[in-house]
Amino acid sequence: MNSAGSPDTVAKSMPRLKLAGITKVYPSVVANQSIDLRVLPGEIHAVLGENGAGKSTLMKIIYGVVKPDAGTIHWEGKEVTIANPARARRLGIGMVFQHFSLFETLTVGENIALALETGRAGADLPTRIRDVSAKYGLPLDPHRHIHTMSVGERQRVEIVRCLLQDPRLLIMDEPTSVLTPQAVDKLFETLRRLAAEGCSILYISHKLDEIRALCHKATVLRSGQVTGECDPRRESTSSLARMMIGSDLPHPRHREAHAGDAALVVSGLSLPADDPFGTSLARINLRVRAGEIVGIAGVSGNGQNELMAALSGERMLADATTVTILGTAAGKLDAAQRRALGLAFVPEERLGRGAVPEMSLADNALLTAHREGLVTHGFIRAEATRAYAEDTINAFGVKAGGADAAAQSLSGGNLQKFIVGREIRQKPRVMIAAQPTWGVDVGAAAQIRQALLDLRDAGVAILVVSEELDELFEICDGLAVIAQGRLSEVKPVRETNAEEIGLLMSGSFN
Amino acid sequence: MLKLEARPEPSRLAGWMSPLLAAAATLIVGFILFTVMGKDPWLAFYAFFVKPVTTLYGVGELLLKATPLMLIAVGLAAGYRANVWNIGAEGQLTMGAIFGGGIALLFQESTSPLVLPMMLVAGVIGGMLWGAIPAYLRTRFNANEILTSLMLVYVATLTLSLLVHGAWRDPEGFNFPQSKMFAEAALLPTLLPETRLNVALLLALAVVAAAWVFMRKSLAGFQMRVSGLAPAAANYAGISARRTVWLGMLIGGACAGLAGVSEVAGPIGQLLPSVSPGYGFAAIIVAFVGRLHPLGIVLASLLMSLLYLGGESAQINLALPSAVTGLFQGTLLFFLLAADVFIHYRLRIARPAKRAVPV
Repeated sequence: MNSAGSPDTVAKSMPRLKLAGITKVYPSVVANQSIDLRVLPGEIHAVLGENGAGKSTLMKIIYGVVKPDAGTIHWEGKEVTIANPARARRLGIGMVFQHFSLFETLTVGENIALALETGRAGADLPTRIRDVSAKYGLPLDPHRHIHTMSVGERQRVEIVRCLLQDPRLLIMDEPTSVLTPQAVDKLFETLRRLAAEGCSILYISHKLDEIRALCHKATVLRSGQVTGECDPRRESTSSLARMMIGSDLPHPRHREAHAGDAALVVSGLSLPADDPFGTSLARINLRVRAGEIVGIAGVSGNGQNELMAALSGERMLADATTVTILGTAAGKLDAAQRRALGLAFVPEERLGRGAVPEMSLADNALLTAHREGLVTHGFIRAEATRAYAEDTINAFGVKAGGADAAAQSLSGGNLQKFIVGREIRQKPRVMIAAQPTWGVDVGAAAQIRQALLDLRDAGVAILVVSEELDELFEICDGLAVIAQGRLSEVKPVRETNAEEIGLLMSGSFN
Repeated sequence: MLKLEARPEPSRLAGWMSPLLAAAATLIVGFILFTVMGKDPWLAFYAFFVKPVTTLYGVGELLLKATPLMLIAVGLAAGYRANVWNIGAEGQLTMGAIFGGGIALLFQESTSPLVLPMMLVAGVIGGMLWGAIPAYLRTRFNANEILTSLMLVYVATLTLSLLVHGAWRDPEGFNFPQSKMFAEAALLPTLLPETRLNVALLLALAVVAAAWVFMRKSLAGFQMRVSGLAPAAANYAGISARRTVWLGMLIGGACAGLAGVSEVAGPIGQLLPSVSPGYGFAAIIVAFVGRLHPLGIVLASLLMSLLYLGGESAQINLALPSAVTGLFQGTLLFFLLAADVFIHYRLRIARPAKRAVPV
């Protein structure tokens, strides 16, 4: 396996992994339908697709988490059955999940030792961790505790943990969603180095630019089927998008902002974390004017959740004047009272926070929209409630089985469209949206961004928190960065760039 | 190998089938149990499930005992749906009996038709007050309502004991720890002649209907259900967690208090050191066997009542020890709750995984 990284030189060698006719049917959906996939040694192979296209299921099949209903898996030329992840690891398959599985209170070394096969975590483990991490440009101190580390550093732990098992195939599931632009560049260097040494990499993503920059080959999935294979370096972003969503990528219309009076003002907000691994907020100041979108960039876990809870009223504040909504001191008001002032909020978690999973969409409309004439004398108007849900479904193109469908039966993107629609249709004057397009497919994301822009043009003050810099640059008029519980000044979006914001994200401001 | 597997969505069929499955399992276990005891199992089943309702009086008793059970359970269910765990209905029932009974003793000489309504209102207030204490402790000091409501049961029963041994003891009662018999105006009218069944049953059914309307049709009931299903969503929507706790405890307390006063103004007719054979605790089981649904609770309370009567009947007719009847009742309730697993899970026969080809 000393062949060079370029796939051209290894094209004739035996594939490291070959899937043929992989099919997985769930009771309500066909997740994968006769999928073929060949990954060569030393190849960085993108698996591209929208949410719900079947990427995750396919990766889980390769990693032994899910068993396919039909089809064969060949590993280095031999047919294998991958019954469980331990088996996958013994074959030489490693996977870095989108959501990390690390114990916060343990050290790096302890976390890695836990994951290794028995007998492989000897006394020399710290040395081996240092060696591997130095070799691939992933500096790690084996004795540091996880809870002191940033998300990017935690991802390093996950990667090093895989590398220690000498993988010949590394699966990366949406690895850049939690990284600063600078950290993304570093990760890519590491991945290229690994590939050059002969390790194959399966790279799951929906970010087209990254795939074009990194990958040698791409397999595109749509609705559980392979819709195309290509060399992403020879494709344009729009041709990739066409393969992925079956149509052109919609672009939002962004007109000049006509900002008015300050509608949402935060002054001197300090708030201690309410759990040991949370982030305390320190002296946050922020102004959002009517008719503008202010974005807050930052790596997750830097105080975004705490700030959102303090603004939405889910966490009430000791000092009423730290949050002002349309001129009313709102710090001591609860979420319902702030909504009555004209606030709407789209939270990051859809199931369990933005919506009740077991309840119907009609009931979920009632959750926050009951002030819209859906209740008289304390009693629910069932017809009006259903109509509100139906109208939201139609206006925002939500794919659902109607107003009676349970929230949990919707895909993440569709539920998000419903929640955004439900909030927008309440005609708020201040709108807060946290990660509005996280995990949402490209088409739905564009629709949600357009809806936010239209709302802005209607004179609503909008605050958007997102980890996706591209998104923030696309829709925002001003940008601030949150790092370690502190918020930078808001900069007009035209006077800054991704480089500068990326630097701020690592906390270099006062 | 058998494996439980989560269903993609709850099965409606399993929802209907689960009580039947539980009944079948109980009959099988009962069959073995009674056979081992040396009794004819068919006679035992007859004594348990049929004999108690072969007479009009028996039917009256069945409904009489079901009344407090459904009343309390429907109140508790409102709280349970909102994750408010009121375990102290027995205490709230006792307080309801004390408050209502106190009014009856106060107006011992009166024949006014207002005595009875005043007693009922007082009973409801007593239950609510007793439910308010855990609600206050929870919302003010975050004290666990499971513990506080349970401990208040003992305070309530000892308070009743203190009263009937002391201040409220009938001076002409030969020193027995009991109050005077209530006057006619302080007793609930009977519904069926020749039975002890009284109008409390109608009250209970009205409360069940009202509870259904409240939980299904009112915004407050909806918000309580949200609080139980998804606390973070409740917080997000600005549903006050305090109000949820207060509502849950007060509804449960009110219903238990009403049940308490109905017992003393009904079959008992006076205050005794104990006014309930544990209805407040049994109602917790009734609430869950009825799946916290008003209609389910009505059926579950009838079943529970039948088990009470059936247990007595089996002891009398077959000379079965009370431990065995208790065991049998427990078996049925266990299977009923256990069978509900199949609503959300299904059983699959997992074939051993094919051996992987060694590499």
